Amino acid sequence: MSLYKVKVFSRFERFWHWTQALLIITLLFSGFAIHGFYHPMSFEKLVWIHIIAALSLITLWIFAIFWHLTTGNWRHYLPTTKGLWKVARYYAWGIFRGEEHPYKKRFWHKHNPLQALSYLGLKMGLFPVLWITGLAYLSYGFWSQGPLTASSLQWVAVIHTLFAFFMAAFIIIHVYLLTTGHSFKEHVMPMITGYDEVDLTDAERSYLEQDEPGRIIE
Amino acid sequence: MDRTAFASQAGARSWVIPFLLLLMVPASPDSYAKDTPKIENIIDEPAGNRGGIELGIKEYEETAKKRPVDKSVTKLGEKEEDKSTTDHSKLEELKGPFSSGPEVTKACLKCHNKAGHQFIKNKHWTWKYHNPKTGQDLGKSVLVNNFCTNAAGNEGMCGQCHAGFGLKDSRTYDFSNEENIDCLVCHDSTGTYYKLPPTRGNKACAVLFEGKPAIDWVKVAQSVKLPGRNNCGACHFYGGGGDNVKHGDLSSALFKPTRDIDVHMAEDGENFSCIICHVGEGHQWSGSRYAPIAKDTTKGKPGLPRQTATCESCHGQQPHPTTLMGIKLNDHTDRVACETCHIPEFAKGGVATKVHWDWRTMGRLKNGEGFREEGYIQGNGEPRHTYKSIKGSFKYAEHVKPIYRWFNGTEIYTTVHDKFDPSKPVEINHLEGGPNDPDSRIWPFKKMVTIQPYDKGNNTLVYMHLWGDDKDALWGNYKFDRAIAHGMKDFNLPYSGEYGFVETWSYWPIVHMVAPKKDALACQECHAREGRLKALSGFYMPGRDHNEWVDRLGILIVLATLLGVLGHGFLRIILSASRRKS
Repeated sequence: MSLYKVKVFSRFERFWHWTQALLIITLLFSGFAIHGFYHPMSFEKLVWIHIIAALSLITLWIFAIFWHLTTGNWRHYLPTTKGLWKVARYYAWGIFRGEEHPYKKRFWHKHNPLQALSYLGLKMGLFPVLWITGLAYLSYGFWSQGPLTASSLQWVAVIHTLFAFFMAAFIIIHVYLLTTGHSFKEHVMPMITGYDEVDLTDAERSYLEQDEPGRIIE
Repeated sequence: MDRTAFASQAGARSWVIPFLLLLMVPASPDSYAKDTPKIENIIDEPAGNRGGIELGIKEYEETAKKRPVDKSVTKLGEKEEDKSTTDHSKLEELKGPFSSGPEVTKACLKCHNKAGHQFIKNKHWTWKYHNPKTGQDLGKSVLVNNFCTNAAGNEGMCGQCHAGFGLKDSRTYDFSNEENIDCLVCHDSTGTYYKLPPTRGNKACAVLFEGKPAIDWVKVAQSVKLPGRNNCGACHFYGGGGDNVKHGDLSSALFKPTRDIDVHMAEDGENFSCIICHVGEGHQWSGSRYAPIAKDTTKGKPGLPRQTATCESCHGQQPHPTTLMGIKLNDHTDRVACETCHIPEFAKGGVATKVHWDWRTMGRLKNGEGFREEGYIQGNGEPRHTYKSIKGSFKYAEHVKPIYRWFNGTEIYTTVHDKFDPSKPVEINHLEGGPNDPDSRIWPFKKMVTIQPYDKGNNTLVYMHLWGDDKDALWGNYKFDRAIAHGMKDFNLPYSGEYGFVETWSYWPIVHMVAPKKDALACQECHAREGRLKALSGFYMPGRDHNEWVDRLGILIVLATLLGVLGHGFLRIILSASRRKS
């Protein structure tokens, strides 16, 4: 096994990532303004922005789910305990002693076990809760007929808000972890160019060289 | 006495009285002061410095005045031409001569031979309303309000606005005599018809009856048309004793309003008469204040006549366009009345409304005579009375923000029979409804606050004998005890003999003076921590409400994360620097 520069993030994946990032930041900004933390513009404009951004994000995710399933990329997010402890130990201890990161990206495991687990949690937990409560909030007029309205909207709002705080915390950690390797740039560039260093097996290398020569650089 | 000396003396005296009045008004307890409307433009300056002082009693003088006729639309689609099939000025029956109102009515009923049967069932005639939901017997004939308090027993005055002739005493009046119906007060289109109180009252009131031109009965009878704003307004704009006193959203500004005052009645807009919305057939009209429709869910089809005066009867359930924000606004219509957003303020167009009335100061006299002080100059430049010997002291407001309440259309009245706890303000009309009641919506109201006499022994409201040429009538004699004793005795009601003063609140639904679209409330007027709906509780409203614990926990999580990564990063930098050194 040896390291090669391989295209690990396809054009769609990069588009998805950055659009999603933009939309999530827009949603956090407008959402906390609607919540009343600050008043950058009229409530009407904020609600409009929040709804448009939310619907765009959900549309994007419909494509992303299709992409995950049809391209087999869902496999990158399979949780594993193998190497999980080593990675966790690295961030809690090894990183301070200048140790090398214990995980080398592999062709079908481009995320380290801790990363894969976090992203899985994000995609299967955090996002769905925000969407479901958000859609319930948005469509409140359709299900609120009757005496339930008064209290039930409060629970929808409480959960939606709480998970928005979790989302904000995720972004802080996500951005911070970009600084942990050799350089910030080294972490960001793959999501821009698509290429990253991957530990390829001989079989993978010969497959790429033969069938997808554009994806591999010496 | 020379003129200057008189003026200075009068000036000094008129300064003292309001000052004394101010001392007498107690501070309202905090518990119920919080949702009392903000009273704007109240002039605290001594009354004598502004308006003049008048002697004599001239209540409801506007109803006895000639007024400009409006050419309002009385039938949809008849903006340009009158499509009526009859020209009343050509009718033999109306050639006269007539010498009185009932003679004209007799002529009307000759052709309109069902109109009389219809009209005597109407509230304008019976002054009665039985609420089937609450079982209460209501209407002008029995209720106590917190303005002049009671029409019962004072018909000799209040009958001025009865749509009949000669209602001097409701206990003896023949309510089955159709010839006493006053057709002209609603159907005159000359503007020359007027009504005076049926009886003359105390001699101090004589001024009200002076210098009135004779009514040309033939001319008025031949002019009849569907009622314009000037017909309805002659009484309804002056309820409570003067222009816009009672409702707040019904004033003389609506005779000839601009679009800013009322989009529907604006002369430069739709120019609607009252009956376009208050549709009626067979002399029964829609739009009851005793049993309002708080949530109109009837699905009307185009062209289907609806006997309701609701916004929905024309605008439907989904009045906003099908855009993203329009859908969101339509989402509100099940819980928020149209009026709440579309009438941001009332008492517009330069005419103030009365918001506070203190009966305790009634009866101050100048040289043994009653007087009036003009201490408030309203937007259109006209002075308003801030003190009247016959009524006490008043406060006015203009461009008033309504108060907001959940309301399902049911009102429980405190009638003259109902006992209450006088240590708390008494709600004249308690509004039913709440956030968990699907039939309730948030409605705007004018809140009227009054300090009025009550029976201290029985803890009930009282009827007062206000009007009459006798030694008990309040207006002229200025004695509460005699007026109350007389008023209660007239209706065989128990009176302990001792009166006190109680604070009363009444709520007036704000439904007129609909603003142009551009002036409708912006979302953040309510969706804000300190918004207009701050006082309403029991439901979650985005932008206004938040769960404190969720906010605290959330902020804690974000801050802890931030501190965590900063600490982690800081340690990394320190340790990598120390490694490099070694």
